[in-house]
Amino acid sequence: MGVEQKLGEMGIVTARLEDLVNWGRTNAMWPMLFGLACCAIEMMGTQAAHYDASRFGMELMRPSPRQSDLMIVAGRVSRKMGPVLRRLYDQMSDPKWVIAMGDCASCGGVFNNYAIVQGVDEIVPVDVYVAGCPPRPEALIDGILTLHEKIRGETMKDWA
Amino acid sequence: MSDGAAELFYSKVSENFPDAIEEVVDFRGERTLVVAKEHLKAICQLLRDDEALQCNLLEDIVADDMLPDFPRFALNYHLYSIPHNHFIRLRVPIEDPEEGPETLASLYPIATWLEMEVWDLMGIRFEGNNQLRRLFMPEDWQGFPLRKDYPLGYEEVQFSFNWRAIDEKKPYAKD
Repeated sequence: MGVEQKLGEMGIVTARLEDLVNWGRTNAMWPMLFGLACCAIEMMGTQAAHYDASRFGMELMRPSPRQSDLMIVAGRVSRKMGPVLRRLYDQMSDPKWVIAMGDCASCGGVFNNYAIVQGVDEIVPVDVYVAGCPPRPEALIDGILTLHEKIRGETMKDWA
Repeated sequence: MSDGAAELFYSKVSENFPDAIEEVVDFRGERTLVVAKEHLKAICQLLRDDEALQCNLLEDIVADDMLPDFPRFALNYHLYSIPHNHFIRLRVPIEDPEEGPETLASLYPIATWLEMEVWDLMGIRFEGNNQLRRLFMPEDWQGFPLRKDYPLGYEEVQFSFNWRAIDEKKPYAKD
């Protein structure tokens, strides 16, 4: 009907810009290592061969905040660690997302005391909370896919 | 530790400081000498330098808070002898946390750090230790968290009946 017929077999696909950008963002999302406690072991398990997070575009866990889009806060955040967490979050380049992995990062978990931040959402804005103590790799993958779903629903208006 | 070593500690200390030992506690083969804080440093000097004792390792300083009682605080000094493989515990009651015992830094250099830890968490000030600063807690922390009158947490547990009240107070982060 339009440009496809005139250009012949050159293989042009039309799509909405939002869909394309969101597709790119979800399929090459590099998470930052933020293992603080036992949840980090499950995070490593998610990434390793058995569960293989690279099926979802996560080839690498980046130790540098400047190369990553997703912060997986795995473990309890102490009040002394709080400023460090915020600083690393600020160093990540936009767009960026946060997954609070496990009960401790989500709400303090069993550590209802003076030393532990009662939920990492007091420090950084959290997109997805993953329940469990610690959550199994399947649960973390489910959290990642939930985040993907959220990103696919973003419109250009949200980016402005 | 053999009983002979425990008796040796008692006889050596009581010989040199006749009025220093307030109480002797034996519990499961461990001997504790309760001493006044004025004598602490001299006793440690003796325990370290005596040929038969040679307590050359200060293992730990532990502070107790026994809130309703008086004196409220107590310090436990764990001394160990590497050559003789025996240890002794000295217990020092503290009435006022602002007036703690004299620092042991001149006898055991590690005491600077152990006393810093005690001050950080329990707030007992050691005379002569000018390096009392925050070690485990953030630098701007107020209060001493291991004291019994220190509040345990800063947030109540959320249930369905008080969910909203806590949620409104919670300092959620902005982007």
